[in-house]
Amino acid sequence: MKKSLKYLPLFLCIVLVFSLLSGCSKNTPSTSSANDKIKVGALFELTGQVASYGTSEYNAVKLYIDDVNKNGGLLGKQIELLKTDNKSASDESINQATKLIVQDKVVAILGPATTGATKAASSIAMDKKVPLITPSGTSLDVTVDPNTNKVKSEIFRACYTDPYQGKVMGEFAAKDLKAKNAILYIDDKSDYSKGLAQSFKEQFEKLGGKIIDKEAYVANDQDFKSALTKIKGLNADVIFVPGYYQDTAKIVRQAREMGINTPFLGGDGWDSPDLVKIAGASALNNVYYSNHFISSDPDKTVQDFIQKYKAAYGVEPDAFAALGYDSAGMLVQAIKNANSADPAKITDALSKLQNFKGVTGSITIDKQHNPIKQTVIIELKDGKQILKKKISAK
Amino acid sequence: MKQVLKNRLIIFAGLIAFYGIIQALISFNFLNDYYVVNIILMGINVILAVSLNLINGFTGQFSIGHAGFMAIGAYSSAIITYKLGLPFPLAILIGGISAGIVGILIGIPSLRLKGDYLAITTLGFGEIIRVIFLNTEYVGGASGLSGIPKYTNWTWVFWLSVITVVLIRNFVNSSYGRCCIAIREDEVAAESMGINTTNYKTLAFALGAFFAGIGGSLYAHNFYIIQPENFGFMKSFDILTMVVLGGLGSITGSVLSAILLTFVYAVLQDYAALRMVIYSLLLIIVMLFRPEGLMGTKEFSFKKLLNRRAAKNELTVN
Amino acid sequence: MKTFIEQLINGLSLGSIYALIALGYTMVYGIMKLINFAHGDIYMVGAFTGFFASTTLHLGFIPSLLLAMLVSTIFGVTIERIAYRPLRGKSKISILITAIGVSLFLENSGIILFTPRTRTYPQIFKQHVYSLLNGYVTISNQQIVIFVVSIIMMVGLQFIIYKTKIGKAMRAVSLDPDAAKLMGVNVDNTVSFTFAIGSALAAVAGVLVGIYYNSIDPLMGIMPGLKAFIAAVLGGIGIIPGAMVGGLLMGVIEAMVSGYGSSLYRDGVAFALLIIILIIKPAGLFGKNIREKV
Repeated sequence: MKKSLKYLPLFLCIVLVFSLLSGCSKNTPSTSSANDKIKVGALFELTGQVASYGTSEYNAVKLYIDDVNKNGGLLGKQIELLKTDNKSASDESINQATKLIVQDKVVAILGPATTGATKAASSIAMDKKVPLITPSGTSLDVTVDPNTNKVKSEIFRACYTDPYQGKVMGEFAAKDLKAKNAILYIDDKSDYSKGLAQSFKEQFEKLGGKIIDKEAYVANDQDFKSALTKIKGLNADVIFVPGYYQDTAKIVRQAREMGINTPFLGGDGWDSPDLVKIAGASALNNVYYSNHFISSDPDKTVQDFIQKYKAAYGVEPDAFAALGYDSAGMLVQAIKNANSADPAKITDALSKLQNFKGVTGSITIDKQHNPIKQTVIIELKDGKQILKKKISAK
Repeated sequence: MKQVLKNRLIIFAGLIAFYGIIQALISFNFLNDYYVVNIILMGINVILAVSLNLINGFTGQFSIGHAGFMAIGAYSSAIITYKLGLPFPLAILIGGISAGIVGILIGIPSLRLKGDYLAITTLGFGEIIRVIFLNTEYVGGASGLSGIPKYTNWTWVFWLSVITVVLIRNFVNSSYGRCCIAIREDEVAAESMGINTTNYKTLAFALGAFFAGIGGSLYAHNFYIIQPENFGFMKSFDILTMVVLGGLGSITGSVLSAILLTFVYAVLQDYAALRMVIYSLLLIIVMLFRPEGLMGTKEFSFKKLLNRRAAKNELTVN
Repeated sequence: MKTFIEQLINGLSLGSIYALIALGYTMVYGIMKLINFAHGDIYMVGAFTGFFASTTLHLGFIPSLLLAMLVSTIFGVTIERIAYRPLRGKSKISILITAIGVSLFLENSGIILFTPRTRTYPQIFKQHVYSLLNGYVTISNQQIVIFVVSIIMMVGLQFIIYKTKIGKAMRAVSLDPDAAKLMGVNVDNTVSFTFAIGSALAAVAGVLVGIYYNSIDPLMGIMPGLKAFIAAVLGGIGIIPGAMVGGLLMGVIEAMVSGYGSSLYRDGVAFALLIIILIIKPAGLFGKNIREKV
């Protein structure tokens, strides 16, 4: 017994040394460079199911930050953007947010693009008191804890919430289009889609409309003809499809091919240069959707952004890119206002942000950390965007 | 006999020491949160890999729906703590038991099938479980449950993975486990020796599912949010990869490869899509050069080392 | 009734595509007893090749299709040579893991090379909608093309397998590779050929999907791949007509579930159906139950 125990301390020592080594080897932050750079984390969906949204947003964020760096940086320092990928998964978001905050010591995080991933990452951000701005996490409970109804102090967003957008479209359908009955055709796997549909329904029914049918599809489907065949027989006044353009473009195209000429309504997920490419110009008539901005807006900020984005990536920016760009803009503005790169001070400055001039309008952060800004309703005629209505910030 | 006891004591002391050291490092902030997240992930993956190894490696039943059981454990335990406010240990137990029950229910019809058919059936069941959660509003449908309290820590993960490994090892070395191995080697022969193959297969399946449920419970209470998407067939493949890489039928192999793969994943994190390309290449290369996995069916054991030394000591005494 | 017939047509077009992918799965399985999980990604490669052929090279429908088939074939054969051949005769599960690895590799290389954006397929030929039975049912020319191409492919495949020498070799290898080897069949070449044909068919499916739904992305192969595999199992894996019937059945069932139920349960129903069929008839619809000999 004694003899066999002889080796125990040795074993323990080995374990100790080993763990210390592994702990220390990576634990030396490059202090010299940390002083002359402001580190910002970019946590986006770069692979996996929703990689296209995350990539758009990351590209726009990078564009903005590169611009700031080219023009002399911020507070006299360069910004270092740390790119991480959450694989479109909530568990990976936690992992990466932890890495950015604990390991890389970032002062703020931009991203993720989707509600679920944002909720996951925000648990860490709140825990460590580092501000996080999601460009497109639209669900209400991203910034407000549903259990306590308290505002999550470090979490902000650059987009409006699902209920707000649904309400706008519900009102538009009932008042402007004089619709009496509507069909909801939703992406049943997405919070965004469900949230929009819910508030559209509430507002539409409040104004005397009736929802006559509710259909569902699953994101990344190819064939929507089955459900559309059913919808065709119902002859509704409007069809509300709150979804993302990859799907809605196919839906509207297949619907028009089948001879469904009913107006289609949607939310900002519809906005993409690819919408016309996928759906075809002829299918895009009688389509209305709410959005953050319209690319034909003569405003200098909008046109500059579109030009820069095109020059850098060779494609037209979509709504995700615009929101990503603004989230970076909000952060830079907040750091300027705070005159400090201290996470707590940035958080404070963000919550007081007023009239920041972004691509998606003038942004003021409200008590629930949602931006108050304009909404535009875009009508499509032969695939061309026409400004149907501008609803200013309430 | 005394030697056996002695060896066990040594191993136990070693475990306690290892646990204590890591715990101390965490407490004194030598290992920051990022390491802790990954260490916990390693522990959860160890539990998942070892439990799948019992089904695939020891009993030879080709299952690729392990994430489904994990999902059941995750969801049921989250309901216990988050919805009903009951204590965490109970949630872990319920998570394991409900996954085990589903394992039995799934096992009885599907274990009549063999090989690839069984594989695709288990994959199907895993997906069906996911679709059921997707359509259940009570657990949040597609958006899942968020706001689950974070109870999982190094202590829970470490001791539960130790218990999992010990129990499964003892099961494999028991007469039941030997029957399972007999089924793997030759089902027809096993049956003719009077082994009730269906019963043993179901038993292994249920036991594997039970531990996967426990892994799922730990997972749910570590990540704040669970969504049906987290438990798709890619997750099942991940677990399967760990098992095969470690060696089918080697518990220590599963432990090592679960730790190793989690580590590789963490190291490659900075490279987005490139990471997955590197990961997949590694997978292919390892399989090409060591198709039987890192450990094959061998076990790495302290006991052999200790016994060898004990034998040497006795020689010198005489 | 009208809706039912329209749903049936939708289901059959979707089903033909599943059937084309399922054929590749089934052939490879029949000959090597391997579930080639990367097959769905070969279909993605075919779709992207077709896309670049018609956009950057401005080729017409037939040349694009042939080019896509060629590129996918090269991919399929290369993958078999590099990743599967060394593992032949080794444990089934390790070869499956390799297949999963190859699949991940193709998907993520696709993301790096093509960016994860959804691409829009060019309109290779204009959409026409024909009314049958004076407007009672509509069918589009694309649906007709899908049917025609699929049927040509399937008939061609049957011809190759039952009327040519290489087809005979394929059947022999699938029955008993060792005996086939002893009879002078070159097993390696036969397996390569099988992969070539299977991949070419997947490429056809990819191009057709691009034309029919006109959007493609690097991850497009995951779900159809899985569904096609289920279709192959449904019909009895390793059996050619089984894969066709299984594919068509799968498409029709999906269309019916989304048309008369909810799309959310669609994937669940597909799997549930598979499990029920397997439990009642473990070798699939067309499979024979072979008793294990001791």
